[in-house]
Order: sequence, then structure tokens, then C-alpha cells
Amino acid sequence: MLRSVYNWLDKRLYLTKLFQSTAGHHVPANSGSWFYVFGSATLLCFILQIVTGTLLALVYVPSTNEAWKSLQYLNHVQYLGWYLRALHNWGSNFMVALMTLHMVQVFLFGAYKYPRELTWVSGVFLLVATLAMAFTGQVMRFDEDAYWGLGIGASITGRVPFIGDRLVHLLLGGPIIAGETLSRFFALHVFVIPAIIIGIVGMHLRLVLTKGINEYPVPGKPVRRDTYDGEYEKIIEKQGVPFVPDAIGKDLIFAALVLVLILAFSAIFGPAGPSGPPDPTRVDTVPRPDFYFLSVFAALALLPDWMETIVLFVMPVLMVGFLFILPFISGTGEKSARKRPVAVLSVITIFLVLGTLTYMGDTAPWSPKMNAWSGQSVPVDLLQHRTPLEMRGALVLQNKQCRNCHSLEGHGGQRGPALDDVATRLTRDQLIRQVIQGGGNMPAYGKNLSPAEVDALVAYMLTLHPPSHPPARDSAQPQISGNPNAKERGVGEAVRKSMTGKSQ
Amino acid sequence: MTEQTADEVKNPTRRNVLFKVGVAVNAVAGVLVAIPIVGYIFSAFAHPKLVGSEAWIPLGDANTYVTGQTRLATYRNPFTRPWDGATAEIPCWVRRIDERKFQVFAINCTHLGCPVRWFQESKLFMCPCHGGVYYEDGSKAAGPPPRGLFEYSTKVENGKLYVKGGILPTLSEPLTS
Repeated sequence: MLRSVYNWLDKRLYLTKLFQSTAGHHVPANSGSWFYVFGSATLLCFILQIVTGTLLALVYVPSTNEAWKSLQYLNHVQYLGWYLRALHNWGSNFMVALMTLHMVQVFLFGAYKYPRELTWVSGVFLLVATLAMAFTGQVMRFDEDAYWGLGIGASITGRVPFIGDRLVHLLLGGPIIAGETLSRFFALHVFVIPAIIIGIVGMHLRLVLTKGINEYPVPGKPVRRDTYDGEYEKIIEKQGVPFVPDAIGKDLIFAALVLVLILAFSAIFGPAGPSGPPDPTRVDTVPRPDFYFLSVFAALALLPDWMETIVLFVMPVLMVGFLFILPFISGTGEKSARKRPVAVLSVITIFLVLGTLTYMGDTAPWSPKMNAWSGQSVPVDLLQHRTPLEMRGALVLQNKQCRNCHSLEGHGGQRGPALDDVATRLTRDQLIRQVIQGGGNMPAYGKNLSPAEVDALVAYMLTLHPPSHPPARDSAQPQISGNPNAKERGVGEAVRKSMTGKSQ
Repeated sequence: MTEQTADEVKNPTRRNVLFKVGVAVNAVAGVLVAIPIVGYIFSAFAHPKLVGSEAWIPLGDANTYVTGQTRLATYRNPFTRPWDGATAEIPCWVRRIDERKFQVFAINCTHLGCPVRWFQESKLFMCPCHGGVYYEDGSKAAGPPPRGLFEYSTKVENGKLYVKGGILPTLSEPLTS
């Protein structure tokens, strides 16, 4: 019965022929490897994203006035809404991760070499499109991070020479982040970029069929343009097996594993945000991008000023451009990673750099801790045995937001050096100069502190040194009465007073 | 087939002509369709300054700002649409220097647009993203910002403070420089 139905359909749709030329096409038997499962898993994630994204769109309202509320509704009211949001979020994380693994595998296995250059190039387009989905998706979660993320996007765009202002208007759909901005990003995230991805994936898969899947590379068997096609044909003839069912087994098992992991991560960690509402008048916010962009965020804090615009506009063009031309400058030769040490080292270096930058972007030691001055009091043991003047100095230190950038006993900002042992580094005169004139990366406080406050502050900071470690001395000035090295905290006040008298 | 085509070049058939005319007509129609589409997408280039970006926006009674102090003020952006929600409210820092002089700073750090925060005690603006710091008068104090805070034009009329604040300031649109 079933067979006759199939035959009836086959007569009209040529299903058997379709199968033989697609899923059933012959691949080298050794490509049925655990290393070859990442591409299909990425595609699976994409399909999952389409399904969950469509389901979210059933409820989500792409309006600046309603988006955040509809996310809250999804999280708290809509049955399983939180879980669908979690699936979409974790699906995107897995998609980026698996796409990266796929790309690294293709690179290390030399699969981008002749005759599969176009497969690689279309893959680079997919990489860019997927990152564009990640950024626009972050805007869909229309919370305060999304709002300020758009501000950052606009600021970066505004650095484009000559037409920067117009490009900002184009990006935001107006001169300011408002209603049209979200509609614009919604259209990109839901219609434009997915359509582009579907189109390029079609081409990517078509190329896998026309040019065949890469055979498992053998060290010492380089690719040559004039002989490769014949060699590949022989491999398929000798040890070719139909992709379905002979080579797809591992893909299937890995696919199921990925699905289960996404389901589990979503159930355990839940959806991302939304954080506070997208209300720009709430300025006590600390905007952070999603983790894909933390490395860029970190680079922008650590680079010297003059390099920033170059890194923002030239580096991406160079990096993506390099990926595009890679198969054309290294289209032949060894495929096996065992014979390509530079390739292996490049991958390791790139991931070390990205990993370090991402970690730094997450911890952001360069950001002032905006609440340290009001939230983290001066540790008690740094206040004991101090004179009233020094205590007053500790108060100045706290009230003037010094702690936002300087830590005491590990609490406070890390923008500037920790102050626990500042007296061992700077003399009294140097401390006064640093406070009043600033320098390095510190603002000048000359106008914002009275002489009495500076006096107290410096007096306090001079007590900040470990008991075993004497304070710094000015080598140009002769040592003054007594031995400052022997000074005890508090007890040495008289000595210090005399120093104060002399240097003022 | 090739013979036929070669033949047709010399003696174009009706089908052949129809095909060529069809392609030509569609090329023209395609351009006609593209004009409104491209114009719609790139309207920012055709009409860069929307009406209202030059408008004076009231920031309330000038006397609500204390001389010698800086505080947050908000206003409704001049292009606001009914579906803008909270994003229509734009924050800015107002500094009153004396009776007549005001400085109104955009909230956005000149480095990457994050919202700077005012600290009255140390008289500094600090940015939470990459640690940009500005002095009370908006000039750069420390960190990665390439310049001081963006400043809106201000005027006081009939005891009320007004600003020109319709545009998100960026390095290529720095308001008053």
C-alpha cells in the first residue's frame, strides 16, 4: 500500500532521482568522520532559530513602546514563552559556536583549497551574516543594553569620514534612536538577513554537491590543480558511499546531542534578559554587549586613541578580506594540518587573542566602578591608628569618588592603581602633584579640592603602606630628623608634621 | 540550435524580437521600481535634516537650575512618534554657570556614546563603558574619548531654558564644536 503510494508520487515528482542527486550522492567513505559534523549541526541550529524565531514573532511587538513589555509578557505570562526565548537565545549561541568550529575544521583540513574556493567564500558571507543576526538580535531584546548598544553602533558609524552623519541617520532611521530604529532592525533581523542566509546556504549546499565533500586529508598528499579532480573522482569510484544512509550516522547523533544540549541549557539557564527598560533617562546603567562582541568592546578600551578608527574600519575589512582571498592565495598544496604548522599556530593565536579580549571585556577592569565610592566603605584596618587629619583624608578619598577608579584591599575600580601601598610608590610631593594636576590617566582635581582637603587626603595616603615596607623617599632631599623607616603609623605624626612644615 | 540562432541573428523572428523587447521593457520597469525603493531606503541622504532638528526645545524654568551646579534634565525629542515610548525622552546634563550662562551636555560619551554620569562631589563626568572622564565644563579629563562632551546650543527666553537637541550627537555630527 505505502509502496504503491510512493510509486505514484515518484512517477510524478521523480523522488528517487532527486534523492540520488542530493542526500544520496556519493561521498568519500572517510568523510563520515566526527570532524565533519559541525556544518550540518550549524544548519540544524539555523532551522531551529527560524522555528523559534517565528514562534516568538507570534507574541513579540516590534514597537519601541511595546517591545520590552512584550518580552516581559513572554517571560512571565505566555505559557512556555520564557522557554521559547531561552531556546532562541541558546540556539543562537550554539549556532555561532558550531559555525566557528565548522570554520576552524574546514581551515585545518584544507577543505577551502581547490576546487572548493567558492564554498569557503560563501561560508565567509554566512559568517558575516550570522554576526549581523547576532547584533540585530541583541537589539530585538529591546532593553537598556539594546538601547545603548544602538548608541554605540551609531557612535562607531559616526566615525566614518564624510558621510558618517548620513549613515547614522540611515542606521537609526532618523536623527535619534526612536520608533523607526527598532522597526528597521526588526525588518533586518526577521526578513532581510535570514533571506540572505537562506540564499547563501542554498549555494553553499549546492557547491557541496557539485564539488563534493573534502576527503579526509592525508599528510604528504598535496592538492594540485591539474590532477585533483581526477584523483577525487577515483576516490569516489573506489570508496564512495551514499551520504544517506552510509555517511550521515555521526551527523545525526551529533545533531541530536546539540538539540538536547540546547534544550538543557535553555531549561537550566533560561532566557537572556531583558534587563532594565529601554528608558534613556535612566542613566545609572552599565551597557555591555553580548559575548560575541565583548572582544571588540575590550579592544576599544585597550587601544591607543589614534588606533581606534583604524581598528574599527580597516581591521574588519582586512580580516574579512583575508578570509575571502585565503583560498586564492593558498588554493593548492598540503591539506593536512600535520603538515601546516603556520595554519595551526594561526588558529591558536587567533583564539587566544579573542579569548583574552572576551575575558577582559567581561571583567572590564578599565571601567570605573560607578558605585564603589558610595557602596564600598574604607576597610576598618586601614582606618585604625590614624590621626584626625588622616581620618579626614580617608573621608575625602571616599567622598570624591577616588574609589571608583582606585581599589582598597581589592574593592573598588581598577582603572587606576590600587592605593593599598601608594605611599611606597609616591612621596608626599609627588602625591600632591598627582592629585592636583592629574596625569597618566587621572583627571586633575586641583579645582575640585580645597587645599585643606588635599592636605588631608595626602596625609591619609602617606599612611597607606605595609608595615614592613617603608614609604617612598625623595632622593633629592636629605633625610629629615629621625629615621622615617622606623616610623610607626600614627606615632610618626610629629615627624610628618615637621616635614609638612618644611616643604610648604 | 546554434544554427537556428545564427540564422535568427540575420533574420530575426517575431519570437526573437519579442524576447529582446521584453528584456528591454523590464530593464526600464526595473529602474522605475528601483527609484522609489532606493529613495525610500536612503531618505537619510536625500533629506538629511528632518524638520525639527533646528527647533528650540524647552528644558523648563531656568530658575530650577541652581547656579554653580549640574543636574540631569530630560526633554521630549522633536520627532517623537506615538510608538516611541520611553525612548522619546532624551536625557542631558545642564550646568548653570551664572545667572545667564548655561551649558547643556549630551548624555553620550564622545568615545562610543555610552551615557556619562555626573559626580557632584568630584565635579567629574564618568563613563561606565571604557572609563572616559570629563571635567565640569565638559572638557576631556582622562580616558579614551577623542574630545570633550558634545554641547547643545542653548538660549534663555522669558526665564525659560531652551536647547537644540533633536540629533544624536556623534563625531561626524558634533552639534556645536
